[in-house]
Amino acid sequence: MQPFTTLTGVAAPLPQVNVDTDMIIPKQYLKTIERTGLGKGLFDEMRYDEEGNERPDFVLNQPAYRNAEVLVAGENFGCGSSREHAPWALLDFGIRCVIAPSFADIFFNNCFKNGILPIVLPQEQVDIVMEDARRGANARVTVDLEAQTITTSDGTVISFEVEPFRKHCLLNGLDDIGLSLQKAAAIDAFEAQAATARPWV
Amino acid sequence: MPAKTLYDKIWDAHLVHEAEDGTALLYIDRHLVHEVTSPQAFEGLRMAGRKVRAPERTIAVPDHNVPTSADRAQGIENPESRLQVETLDRNAREFGLMHYYEMNDIRQGIVHIVGPEQGWTLPGMTVVCGDSHTATHGAFGALAHGIGTSEVEHVLATQTLITRKSKNMKVEVTGTLPPGVTAKDITLSVIGATGTAGGTGHVIEYCGEAIRSLSMEGRMTVCNMAIEGGARAGLIAPDEKTFAYVMGRPHAPKGAQWEAALAWWKTLFSDEGAHFDKVVTLRAEDIAPVVTWGTSPEDVLPITGTVPDPDSFSGGKVEAARRSLDYMGLTPGTRLQDVAIDTVFIGSCTNGRIEDLREVARIMEGRRVKDGLRAMIVPGSGLVRAQAEEEGIAQKLQEAGFEWRMAGCSMCLGMNPDQLKPGERCASTSNRNFEGRQGRGGRTHLMSPAMAAAAAITGRLTDVRELA
Ligand code: SF4
Repeated sequence: MQPFTTLTGVAAPLPQVNVDTDMIIPKQYLKTIERTGLGKGLFDEMRYDEEGNERPDFVLNQPAYRNAEVLVAGENFGCGSSREHAPWALLDFGIRCVIAPSFADIFFNNCFKNGILPIVLPQEQVDIVMEDARRGANARVTVDLEAQTITTSDGTVISFEVEPFRKHCLLNGLDDIGLSLQKAAAIDAFEAQAATARPWV
Repeated sequence: MPAKTLYDKIWDAHLVHEAEDGTALLYIDRHLVHEVTSPQAFEGLRMAGRKVRAPERTIAVPDHNVPTSADRAQGIENPESRLQVETLDRNAREFGLMHYYEMNDIRQGIVHIVGPEQGWTLPGMTVVCGDSHTATHGAFGALAHGIGTSEVEHVLATQTLITRKSKNMKVEVTGTLPPGVTAKDITLSVIGATGTAGGTGHVIEYCGEAIRSLSMEGRMTVCNMAIEGGARAGLIAPDEKTFAYVMGRPHAPKGAQWEAALAWWKTLFSDEGAHFDKVVTLRAEDIAPVVTWGTSPEDVLPITGTVPDPDSFSGGKVEAARRSLDYMGLTPGTRLQDVAIDTVFIGSCTNGRIEDLREVARIMEGRRVKDGLRAMIVPGSGLVRAQAEEEGIAQKLQEAGFEWRMAGCSMCLGMNPDQLKPGERCASTSNRNFEGRQGRGGRTHLMSPAMAAAAAITGRLTDVRELA
C-alpha cells in the first residue's frame, strides 16, 4: 500500500448527498478479477452519456478537475455495497483523499486499506473547503496527515480527527495482514479456548 | 456484572485482542465468500505466499454473475462473468476450501440464503462476507456484517478482523402488524424513519412484539436491510423459533453438542437495563404497505401516498429528491397507485425464500400476471426452488404468467443477463433502488413480495389490501 503523508492538489466539488457505491462504480465494472484499471469507470453514469461520450457538465470532465486528487462531497458518501472497487476506482483515477460530513462505514474502512484518506468534517467546514474547490485548478488544497490539517488555497487551516492506529498504518503504508499475523499466538490461544467453550462452532 | 446488550455479549465472546485505542482483533466463526469480491483477495494471498487459515470455516458459492436461465449448465456465455466464476472454482480448489457449492450444485444460491439454509449460520456467531447484505444473518442473533476485499483477504489469512466496536442502537417495533403488512414494510418503514445514515456507526438490535412475531424468513428480511439504514449489522435475539429453524440443518450441531449450544444460545439477549446509545420506536399499527418512489431506500411512502414535492424536503435532500424524480420519471402529486410498471422481479437475499414465494402464490390464487408485463421469479437457492416445485407453487406461478428461473442474485443488481432496459419500471422485492442498480436507466420501486404480486396483477403500483 502506498503511504499517505501529505498531499497538495486540486479538490473537486461534488456537493451531492448519499453518493452510493453503485454511482461510484457501477456493476459492469465489478466483473474484473484485478484491482487496477477501474478509473475509467469511476462515476460512470454521471460521467458518460448512453453513447459513452463525456458529459461536459460533470465535475471530473471539466478541464480544471481532470487531475483532481481530492474530492469534496455531501453527507453519507459511499453508502450501499461493500465493493472495494469503489476506492480502487477513486485511486485509479488519482483521488487520494475524500472530504465529507459523513461516510458509510464499510466504504470508510475500505479507503484506509487502499491508501485513501477519508476525512470527516462538520458541514460548515466542508462548505469552506467546497467553496474553495469551486475556484478550480488554481485552488490547491494541502492535506497533512501527520499534522491532521487541511490548508485551503487562501491559507485557512482546518484540523481533522483520525484514529491513531489507522493514521499509523496510512503514514507508513502498512499491510495489516502482516501486523495481525504477528498476533498468531493470541489467535491460536483464542481458538484453543473457543474449542472448549463452544465446541459446536 | 454490568448489564450487557446482545451485541456486547457476542463481541466479548470473540475478542482476541484489544488495543488501548479501541482497535480490536475479532475472531470470525464463519466466512462466506462469493465470486465478485474475492478474486483480488485470493490473488493477494497467492502473491504473499499465504494460506487460508481455516478452510473449514470458509463457505463459498457463486451467485452474483450466474445466469438464471435453465440452460446455464452448458456454461456461462458472458466471458467476464465466466472468468469470475471460474476463478472462484479455481481458488476454492487451490486453497482447499472445504465447503464450496459450485453453480450446478442444487445447494447453490445467494450466499445469504445458502448460509442459514445449510445451518452454517448459528446464534452467537461472528459471520462476515465481502457483501454488505451479510447483515441478513443477524436474524439468528449472529453478529454479521459486510467487509471489503482487503478485509476478505485479512480474514482468509488470519480468521480475524481488525475492527472497532460500534455503538448500540435499539429499534423496537411494538404491537401487532395490520393485515397486508409484512417484514419488508417494517424494514423499509424503519429506514424511512431514520434515513439511510440513521444507523451509521451502530449495530441495531430489532426487538418488540412485532419483530418477535415474525418468522425466521421475515426476520432475515428485516436484518437484510439494516445496511440500507447505514447500520453495520442488525441483530435479533434468538428464541424458540430460531432454535426450531436451525435444528436438523446439515451443519447445525447434533446430540450433546446441540444441548451445549442451546444452553449458551439461551443466554443471548440484551440484559435488563443494558445501555443503548440510540433508541427508535415504531408502532406496528402505524405501518402500512409501502413502496419507494426515489433512488434511495429512505424514499419510502405508504402506497396510499402521492409522489412528494422536492421542495417539501430540506438541506441536501431537496436537490437529491429533484434528481431522483427526474431519474424515476415521476411528477410530484401523482398518486403512487397510478404509476404503471413494466417488470416485476421477485427474488434476492431480501425476499427470495420459500415463505416469500408462498406469499406470492397466495396473492396470485385465481389471478394472472397482466398481459404484456415481464414478471420473473428467481428463487434464492436451488433448494428453495426444489421445495417450491414440490409444494406445487412453481407450477401455479408459471401458469399465472411468471417466468420460473434458476437461483442467483439476478435482477437484484443485474450483473448477469437479467437487467432492466433504460426507462423500464420495475416492482422489485430486492433491497436497493439506486440509479442503474437493476440496469442502466432502469427504475426500481422496492416493496414486499405481496405488493409485487399485486403490481403484477394490475400492471401498476397497487395496494395489496384491495386485492386480499
Ligand atoms: S441478492 Fe442482491 S443484495 Fe443480495 S447478495 Fe445478491 S446482489 Fe447482493
